[in-house]
Amino acid sequence: MRSNAANYDLIAPPSLEAVLAVLASEPGSYTVLAGGTEIMVALGAGRLSARRLISIQHLRELRFLSASDDTLILGAGTTFTDIRRDAILASEFPLLVQAASWTGSIANQNRGTLGGNIVNGSPAADSPPALLAYEAELTLLSSRGTRVVPYTDFHLGYKRTILAPDELLYSIALKRSYQGYKTYSRKVGTRKAQAISKVAIAALARVEEGRITDVRIGAASLQDRPARMTATEQAVLGQAITADTMQRAREAVLAESHPIDDIRSTARYRGQVAANLVEEFLRSLQTDPR
Amino acid sequence: MSTITLTVNGEPHRLEVPPMKRLLDVLREDLQLTGTKEGCGEGECGSCSVLLNGDLVNSCLVPVLQTEGATITTIEGVADLAGPGERLHPIQQCFLEHGGAQCGICTPGMILATHHLLEKYPQPDLSQIQEGLAGNLCRCTGYTRIFAAVQAAARMEGSK
Ligand SMILES: Cc1cc2nc3c(=O)[nH]c(=O)nc-3n(C[C@H](O)[C@H](O)[C@H](O)COP(=O)(O)OP(=O)(O)OC[C@H]3O[C@@H](n4cnc5c(N)ncnc54)[C@H](O)[C@@H]3O)c2cc1C
Ligand code: FES
Ligand code: FES
Repeated sequence: MRSNAANYDLIAPPSLEAVLAVLASEPGSYTVLAGGTEIMVALGAGRLSARRLISIQHLRELRFLSASDDTLILGAGTTFTDIRRDAILASEFPLLVQAASWTGSIANQNRGTLGGNIVNGSPAADSPPALLAYEAELTLLSSRGTRVVPYTDFHLGYKRTILAPDELLYSIALKRSYQGYKTYSRKVGTRKAQAISKVAIAALARVEEGRITDVRIGAASLQDRPARMTATEQAVLGQAITADTMQRAREAVLAESHPIDDIRSTARYRGQVAANLVEEFLRSLQTDPR
Repeated sequence: MSTITLTVNGEPHRLEVPPMKRLLDVLREDLQLTGTKEGCGEGECGSCSVLLNGDLVNSCLVPVLQTEGATITTIEGVADLAGPGERLHPIQQCFLEHGGAQCGICTPGMILATHHLLEKYPQPDLSQIQEGLAGNLCRCTGYTRIFAAVQAAARMEGSK
């Protein structure tokens, strides 16, 4: 049953400062509403438990892309359409642009925000694997001040994060240091766009004289949260890309995958597919000299 | 209740509505614009698509408070985009001529998604058409006729 909209309150204070002041005055009593592509679905399905919401969708302060020589910063309110339109992202962070293009339909990409995708905390979300591979840093903001945390520390478990009740995700920073890296990403689901993934990985690596000298692999749906596959990275780092390396990588993938069984797929299937994807990634490093 | 001012199909409105009311319901119930349809109510089907400040959105996922000051175009206003006094937009004409509409439930959303697509890519290739309409589901046509209608509309615009 759909919820009755009259039972909900929504406010839209005029500035970022005003939003933070409301969150600080009654911590935990307001739920943030950005593009609404998660929250409004919950409302439609009659399972939105939050009764008081505060909109940040209109805040210009949260919707920006700014580049310095060594860093690119995205405001939390950046939409997937904004991401797909940016020239620097297209040339230097293709994994994130690819993820944005997978995130539902064009209508969804026009509204859905990167911040919402992160804070929502789904283990299956599309941008987190790319952000993990790029070692993103998050800036969290409250009227108490700001804190900067590595994205790897943000998710605590299934839909649980370190965000405090009076805090907003303010921005996402990416180091512009991936020239010469090869990238790989693949989403496996019932449909590439639109459908939530069964398994997805985003990976990048530098290969020098036939050996992997740097590597990062981010994964969706392999644990109860978006996760970096550090054991798999360790298994291949410094190695030549041989059948033996691939075998060890496959074993590491299975060892560090603890996916949930859910309506979309089983844990066993997810582990096997992830091993196949990592193998395909390693093969792409071998066969695509650049 | 909140007071919302917005412009729909060129007409300004001032409404007293619950701020979380879905734009879809405001259009259909408060403004009696029932051309915008509800299929899934959860962002999957696109039958509720409208243009919000020129961007394609699913009106079932937009709380009306977030449309304060906005300009909205629904299927009822599409013809006007082609010029004052037009009865049908070229896109609508092409859907008619190419059998792009059968039961018609998806059609308002398809037309608005096509409008948004052709603004971005005036001469889209098939994969751009498929991506642009991927959020609009049709149970009747099998899509081929819809794609033909979109291609015809692009040709018509191109020959102007
Ligand atoms: C049809 C459909 C298809 C979809 N397909 C995909 C898909 O393929 N892949 C995918 O990953 N997702 C998908 N999604 C999910 C959704 O679009 C994304 O998760 C989107 O990024 C959510 O962003 P939003 O701004 O709309 O979030 P909202 O619904 O506004 O908020 C989501 C959550 O984040 C919190 N929040 C948002 N911004 C902030 C902030 N700055 N600070 C603190 N908290 C914040 C909110 O409180 C809420 O808990 C789909 C959704 C729909 C409806
Ligand atoms: S009714 Fe809005 S997308 Fe289906
Ligand atoms: S014409 Fe019937 S759903 Fe498309």
